[in-house]
Amino acid sequence: MGEMGRLFQDGEIMMRQGENGDCMYVIQDGLVEVIKEVNSQEVRLAQLGRDEFFGEMEIFESIGRSATILVVGFARVLSIDKKNLLSRIHEDPSLAYRMIQVMSSRVRDAGNELVQLKLVPPKTDQRS
Amino acid sequence: MNTRTVFRIFKQARWKHSSLKLYDGARVAVIGGGPAGSLFSYFILALSRRAGLDLQVDIYETRDFETPGPPGCNMCGGVLYESLVQSLAVEGINLPATVVQRGIDYNMLHIGIGSVKIQTPRQEKRIATTFREVGPRGMVYLKGRRLDNYLMQSALAMGARRIFGQVDQVRWLTDPKSPEVESRLIQVKTSGGEFHGYDLLAVASGVNTAVLRLFCDLDFGFQPPQTSKLLVREYYLGQEVVSKYLGSIIHAFLLDIAGLDYGAVIPKGDYVTICLLSSHGNLEPGAMETFVDNPAVKRILPADFSMARQACNCSPGINLAGSTHPFNNRIVFVGDCCVSRLYKDGIGSAYRTAKIAACTVVFQGISADFMKHYLPFLRRMEKDNLIRKMLFKSARQIQNRHFIERAVLKMVSREQQGKANAEKGMSMLIRDMLTGGAPYIEALMLSMHPLFWTRFLWNILLAIVFRPGSKYDPNLAVHTLTSDETESHS
Repeated sequence: MGEMGRLFQDGEIMMRQGENGDCMYVIQDGLVEVIKEVNSQEVRLAQLGRDEFFGEMEIFESIGRSATILVVGFARVLSIDKKNLLSRIHEDPSLAYRMIQVMSSRVRDAGNELVQLKLVPPKTDQRS
Repeated sequence: MNTRTVFRIFKQARWKHSSLKLYDGARVAVIGGGPAGSLFSYFILALSRRAGLDLQVDIYETRDFETPGPPGCNMCGGVLYESLVQSLAVEGINLPATVVQRGIDYNMLHIGIGSVKIQTPRQEKRIATTFREVGPRGMVYLKGRRLDNYLMQSALAMGARRIFGQVDQVRWLTDPKSPEVESRLIQVKTSGGEFHGYDLLAVASGVNTAVLRLFCDLDFGFQPPQTSKLLVREYYLGQEVVSKYLGSIIHAFLLDIAGLDYGAVIPKGDYVTICLLSSHGNLEPGAMETFVDNPAVKRILPADFSMARQACNCSPGINLAGSTHPFNNRIVFVGDCCVSRLYKDGIGSAYRTAKIAACTVVFQGISADFMKHYLPFLRRMEKDNLIRKMLFKSARQIQNRHFIERAVLKMVSREQQGKANAEKGMSMLIRDMLTGGAPYIEALMLSMHPLFWTRFLWNILLAIVFRPGSKYDPNLAVHTLTSDETESHS
């Protein structure tokens, strides 16, 4: 009754990698999984929960969604229209602070994971 | 170099160009703990933290947010429109279920000859109805914070301090460090209390208060906004009846009732709120009876609806035109007592004025900076309100001209069925008018588009040629609310 946004059920795909989009989403309740598809393989990148957002890259880049979003259990999400958001950011640039902060944090995490991958010693051939 | 350092360098660089800035440890008073006051406090603390500035913020508020009925009430329709809900979500303020009495599926516009559904984009709940405080008189207290309390607690969690008390005096105090008139501090006193000095005073008292008179006596030319009375009644129907008859729908009425511009029936939990407003003078108390007796209104209410079920009633003033000179050195007005979007989205206006004022204070300064950075925003809002007035006048022209009403209904109906582009049609125009979802200038531009007029004139022509009852009769296609629909959307 007192809930906002739209309800998605377990297993529903909210958006697909490569699709064009004109909004981002803020999770009101529930859980979603971020999946990257590479060479027909699925890599699970992260799980996002209440108050977190996704789909924001399409607001600024418009080159297609960077990942697929799968609902885990259920998810109630509120969409934020690209046009309205950009117009509001034009009026009040500080509206973008939190988005920049979260995107910065995600870049930092991605950098850390890249370092971890580079630090793993290359596999040696056991037979030699 | 981290973000905080960058902000500090920026702040120091700007310091040289303005005489009055808030400094580390500066004290800020906020009069009024409604949405405007709480959001101003929240944002000024959040932004100053980002900028490496430590401020002390005191919120003066007399209302008790825990008492149902008039003592805790803020007297308004209690609708949070989509632009506000979306902006708050981006800010990280997601309204909990205790604040949202009902998520709204769509609006239903009722005019004399019929009704049409105006769907929300993506068919999701983007509009919320809410009680500002606990709820109407006699309501059983339910756990969980309502809107004003929730926003106040968010500000307190950010570090603000709440002071219970009615401010009864405000005066200037010459700063001993710099005795120029421009640098004098502001002092605030509550009834029975002492004067406290502040570096900045934000006034967020709304328009229904005597506090504003205190500022007319200061010497900077402030005049309160022009207001008109809104009639608000709340009726107890019970959750089941509200769901069955009204659903999760805001019913908006443009009816040919003398003196009435707009009426709305808003479902909220066990209650329904009815709001009436007029732009040409205060409505007579009997206007509510006339409205409820109108066949279009009777159609959506239960057959046994009785006005005796009234739980609460009030006639608050609403802002019709912005205040004069709503800022000075160390003083800034936010929310209704400054400017508000005409007839709509008062809480959204509180958010926007609070945010822009807080940004100006933290990143620019607290003197001439308001003129340069806050005033243009206020002027844009005022200009937008003029457009709204014009659009409302145009809307009144169609009342009682049934062939135009039929053309409007037919156009919207076709758009809602996907047979015509709703985004550039009558649906979008009406949605923007009803919800204030976009600046009214956008609605005006849309209404002036040649394609819009071609379609509108074509529908008027059809409405003139084909009278009601004919095969074309636009009313045949007009959406009517079914019981399935109200229940499924509840």
